[in-house]
Amino acid sequence: MSVSIKDVEYVAKLARLEFSEKEKVKFTEELNSILKYVEKLSEVDTSGVEPAIGAYPMYNALREDEISPSLDREEILKNAPDKQDGYFKVPKVID
Amino acid sequence: MDFEVIIGLEVHAELSTNTKIYCGCTTEFGGEQNTHCCPVCLGLPGSLPVLNKKVVDYAIKAGLALNCDINRLTHMARKNYFYPDTPKNYQITQDETPLCRDGYIEIETEGGLKKIGIQRIHIEEDAGKNVHMEDSSYVDYNRAGVPLIEIVSKPDMRSPKEARMYLEKLKAILQYTGVSDVKMEEGSLRCDANISIRPEGSNEFGTKVEVKNMNSFRAVERALEYEAKRQMEAYERGEKIIQETRRWDEGRGETVTMRSKEEAHDYRYFPEPDMIYLSVDDEWIESIRKSLPELPDARRRRYINEFGLPEYDSEILTSSKKLADFFEECVNEGGRPKEISNWIMGEILRTLKDRSMEIEDIKFAPGHLVKLVSLVDKGTISGTIAKKVFKDMFETGEDPEKIVKEKGLVQVSDEGAIRELINKVLDENPQSVADFKAGKTKAMGFIVGQVMKASKGKANPQIVNKILTEELNKR
Repeated sequence: MSVSIKDVEYVAKLARLEFSEKEKVKFTEELNSILKYVEKLSEVDTSGVEPAIGAYPMYNALREDEISPSLDREEILKNAPDKQDGYFKVPKVID
Repeated sequence: MDFEVIIGLEVHAELSTNTKIYCGCTTEFGGEQNTHCCPVCLGLPGSLPVLNKKVVDYAIKAGLALNCDINRLTHMARKNYFYPDTPKNYQITQDETPLCRDGYIEIETEGGLKKIGIQRIHIEEDAGKNVHMEDSSYVDYNRAGVPLIEIVSKPDMRSPKEARMYLEKLKAILQYTGVSDVKMEEGSLRCDANISIRPEGSNEFGTKVEVKNMNSFRAVERALEYEAKRQMEAYERGEKIIQETRRWDEGRGETVTMRSKEEAHDYRYFPEPDMIYLSVDDEWIESIRKSLPELPDARRRRYINEFGLPEYDSEILTSSKKLADFFEECVNEGGRPKEISNWIMGEILRTLKDRSMEIEDIKFAPGHLVKLVSLVDKGTISGTIAKKVFKDMFETGEDPEKIVKEKGLVQVSDEGAIRELINKVLDENPQSVADFKAGKTKAMGFIVGQVMKASKGKANPQIVNKILTEELNKR
């Protein structure tokens, strides 16, 4: 398995990242070398092994349905780049 | 050409928990913007989500009520997308292991009972709310993290009407179980639809279109009717139907393109690394099963068998738990089932609808309705007066006996007084008497009306009929 520059461009777009042509080439090479390294895993025979759906063999960290205090609105909005009337203000988005 | 319409629905229901799905912030509706938030639901670095047990309880309860299998081992998934209403830039939901799957709902179609399959029910968090203004958008994260279940049907519905019936039944079941308050107007129940068409007899599915932004069951039915017709016309013109998302425009009564498949999202689901497995054992499931109330279908059958009510009455009375509860309280207080049913389906539902009220807003007690009916039974008031008393009772919540007494509405059954009234009316209407004598039986109805009017509706109609016949024969 390997990735092309097109894949890198696509993933970058999804992550809202912009790269120069030189960077795209570099990342394609690096990603391919990572993929090649991970490919070693396919040497293991996994027939009859259920695919894992999570990473940790730990179960049921649950909480009761009890209200705990929320933050003050001032605290909430403190780091917002822009705010107004208690709202986070963001560039206009259309549904 | 004849077409078959294929519809599948995705319904989001907000769960009636006190707190959000992954943190202890309140889920209360209508708070000041950005006051029900904490580091977890704001997605601040270093915070960790912890699943609310009640969310699991409620989702399983809904799943059992909808005849689903419960997945014993599940895991949350991360769904990635950028939108300002999602502070983490991902939503914690379920992907490959929904908590419930393979259920069904039964609806009553013209062709008989029909099962609509439910593919899956999964738990997830709601997003915040965007307010769009001229220059910018404004975000309120109070709703971010409110627990939802998403109920995905199989593409089993064959008409917009079936889709509406499925929604009505689904709403009733969720309301009965108490897991959601299912108010479409407050957004605690939301519905998106997938719809495609194919020529009758074909086995292949056509290209499906997703329809969003329908704010009532009626809107869902109308939007799907519009969309089915649009697709059929496109097909007949030889146009290709594009896979896309369309928005229902209620005002214009049409669907319009939101986005096509080319710009569709790639959500890159992966197991949520901030959470661990959820394991549900039989004991847990059975304890929830035991807590299930009698569901609409069972209650409907019981009304037919136990109370001898017609199918139609039973269906309407059990469509809402509160309505059915009200009906049964009346019956428990000694009301005759069919008579109570007639009052509920007539005066009560009509008045509620006229005033956009719900059954829980009713001021008078079920016992008052029973009393009102018995006042008619005993001959204390006539059926016409009963409707007037009902109006008063509806406004004030007062005891009907008190209303009847205070307003002097007691029915007149005194034969002497009625005879006097009748003769007065006959004297005043010689033409009607002549008409009756000439064989125009219709004139009798007119005279009865005049007598009732003269008595202000208080004369006992049976006695009026009896004496009027006697007096007319004398003339």
